[in-house]
Amino acid sequence: MTVLGHLSLWLAFLVGLWGAITGFVGGAQRRPDLQQSARHATFALFGAVLVAVISLEVAIFRHDFSVQYVAAYTSRNLPTFYLWSALYAGQKGSLLFWAAVLSLFAALAQLLTSRRHRVYLPYVAAVTCLVTTFFITVMLFAANPFERLAFPPPDGAGMNPQLQNPGMVVHPPMLYLGYISITIPFAFAIAALLSKKLDSEWLGAIRKWTLVSWLFLGVGLLLGMWWAYVELGWGGYWAWDPVENVALLPWLVMTAFLHSVMVQEKRGMLKKWNLALILGAWLLSIFGTFITRSGVIASVHSFTQSSVGYFFLAFLIVGAIASAILYLKRLPLLTAEATLESMVSREASFLFNNLLLIGLAFSVLWGTLFPIISEWVRGVKITYAGATFNYVNIPLGLALLLLTGIGPLIAWRRASLANLRRQFAVPATTGVFVLLILLVAGMRDIGALLAFSIGALVLATVIQEFARGARARHRQYGESTALAVVQLLSRNRRRYGGYIVHVAMVLLFVGFAGMAFKTETQATLRPGETATLKGPDGHVYAFTHLGVSQYNALNREVTAVLVDVRRDGKPLGRLRTEKRQHVDALGRRTFEPSTEVGIMSGLRVDLYVVLAGLVNGTEQAVFRFTINPLVWWVWFGGFVFVIGGLIVLWPGGTVVAVKGSAAPRAQAGYAVKLEAER
Amino acid sequence: MSDQLSRRGFFAFAAAAAGAVIQDTANAGRVYDPGRAGRSQAPTTAGDNDADIQMIEKRLKCSCGCGLDIYTCRTTDFSCTYSPALHKEVLRLTGQGKTAQQIIDEFVAQYGEAVLMSPPRRGFNLAGYFVPALAIIVAAVLLVRVLRRWTREAQVATSEVGTSRPNASPVELERLRRELDRLPG
Repeated sequence: MTVLGHLSLWLAFLVGLWGAITGFVGGAQRRPDLQQSARHATFALFGAVLVAVISLEVAIFRHDFSVQYVAAYTSRNLPTFYLWSALYAGQKGSLLFWAAVLSLFAALAQLLTSRRHRVYLPYVAAVTCLVTTFFITVMLFAANPFERLAFPPPDGAGMNPQLQNPGMVVHPPMLYLGYISITIPFAFAIAALLSKKLDSEWLGAIRKWTLVSWLFLGVGLLLGMWWAYVELGWGGYWAWDPVENVALLPWLVMTAFLHSVMVQEKRGMLKKWNLALILGAWLLSIFGTFITRSGVIASVHSFTQSSVGYFFLAFLIVGAIASAILYLKRLPLLTAEATLESMVSREASFLFNNLLLIGLAFSVLWGTLFPIISEWVRGVKITYAGATFNYVNIPLGLALLLLTGIGPLIAWRRASLANLRRQFAVPATTGVFVLLILLVAGMRDIGALLAFSIGALVLATVIQEFARGARARHRQYGESTALAVVQLLSRNRRRYGGYIVHVAMVLLFVGFAGMAFKTETQATLRPGETATLKGPDGHVYAFTHLGVSQYNALNREVTAVLVDVRRDGKPLGRLRTEKRQHVDALGRRTFEPSTEVGIMSGLRVDLYVVLAGLVNGTEQAVFRFTINPLVWWVWFGGFVFVIGGLIVLWPGGTVVAVKGSAAPRAQAGYAVKLEAER
Repeated sequence: MSDQLSRRGFFAFAAAAAGAVIQDTANAGRVYDPGRAGRSQAPTTAGDNDADIQMIEKRLKCSCGCGLDIYTCRTTDFSCTYSPALHKEVLRLTGQGKTAQQIIDEFVAQYGEAVLMSPPRRGFNLAGYFVPALAIIVAAVLLVRVLRRWTREAQVATSEVGTSRPNASPVELERLRRELDRLPG
């Protein structure tokens, strides 16, 4: 099977090259035969890469330790669940997974793109084939997943214990899906540039793809946070690690695009900017891959240092130069169809929103690279870690949250003073009211105060928007409030789904702010002894060590400690925290013992218990007890984010007009109003 | 004589220490296989939970390569041997009566500036803190100027085309505006 896998990679390499050449030539010369060949190449490419994936999975499931990758990341006693995820547990396998998903998306782009956008497809086939071929090239020449060992070991090294977590089974694929799917909008952007069809038609073709990419990246980031929280044991979920940061960058740029694209759709403006955002998002996704896989910046998440990084660096540079040249050559064709009529308008607010999102992305990028820059400039290596990132980025994040509340309140084209007064009265009052209540209640943390009060303003904005929409429907159609809200969501999914995403952002910020009030203590307890800790919610939590048990599981030797938890003397339940010593099928210990955290999650606080270890091999145990406020709201915010994203993404609803396209335009009523005002 | 005393003192200390350990773990039975529970831990001391010590340790990076500060590393990755040693070093320096800043300065002298979790706000490091904010401010100023130019162009274009006032009174226009304001969007 491994020979078949290796051969199919070579076949995919050749098919990918063919698809790229025929796509570019067929598009440029308008030759239907070559265009058709490029289209078929995308399907053949997917088929060939799929065979390679199946070959590697078969080797993994058969425990074929003659394959170096299988021996390095699995063992005979690895649970079946994790045998699946072993495909992307290491550098080589994850490259294959990446190529497989990209070739699938390339084929889907050919199949699902509507007839109206067919003109772009040869170039799209060419770009997607080219990018997939790059990944296959890396595998063939630097990181072959089918590399054989001369002397196969009796058992594999096994999977890193921290990867043996359900979160790690779904987090990488989600993040990869997000990263990879950015290639499709990028391919359409390149197609629009090459074909010189730079009206807003190509935006219609990529709308769903950008949303899919943005949603997957967002879910991937959230799952990564959840994994870090439940698995790593430090009690937080975001450490501004370089690998986390570089995954955030394309998401921020895509978020900016999803806002600014509305201006192009409604007004035919910002064509240059939107194209630049799509090109930038893709380049950042390759940059992120380079950082993750090169080991150029130290990170707990990066793969081992290898020559793969040079491939990605070269690809990034070539991609950036080619995109920039093409973009600059087509700039004269990217003229706006309308101009801004007022500084106080939805268009302007979107531009400021973009400024902050791109500013935040730049800030994160700057912080991530600053240790390297410092070393270049001064020859001194410095650390740019969590506290510094927070110092720089929290104000930007809060300003962005504020714009989330302000933006939807400002009318398109021009907002009158009366309109502003009417729109802002309730949200602004709500925000100030919450601020005063929190001040009176004794809260003094400025970041948290602002997060909560701005969050209240945004929530009030969303509620007001829903209430007004529902009232209008009630007046017009006589619908009940509940039905009107459902109709609003189903008929204008993009707008009201977007508001739900705004609510998710508020929930996330509330959760983030909660961490300002985290409390923790360490204690050494014998069975029966109790440690107490006062939480930020005013309650006293008591943790009683109930005893230690040791037992063997499938691929690990477990030391488990049970802790009884009480709040103000009332029983809350029991928590279990563990030390796991992983072993292979021969009983050999494979990794350093890992820690499994005990978490009791609630709306107000999370109780987070970590077993540090035992004292002199006795049942006397050392613990870290942490009370993390409002963490539940982060995960709930993530859930709401997914719901909002799915509503926006769901097919159907109102057809949103694209300026310059044959489709009908929305919101024509405003034109009447503004003509009248002049 | 002094040697004898010293030896006696040593045995007394050893006996007391053994007694303390026995006393400490007296009510805690041995587990079946201590090896599977990771590195043996020392019982928590007051210094481990001292807020001032924690504050110092949160400003200093562990040298094991985890990227975490000493406090977070020693209370998270219990297989790390660096952070407990660095913690002891902080305790030792605190025991000598040194202030937080003196301890941090001593670490910087020994391990270099990279030991600080946040670079000091001076010299080139200021770029690390303020370049993003400056870039955003400059971009905002440019954006406002571009927006102003656009709005001016729009006004000129409108005045060149000329406007035909609708056949409606100011009261009617105000009513229209109110009605339109009520529409969602």
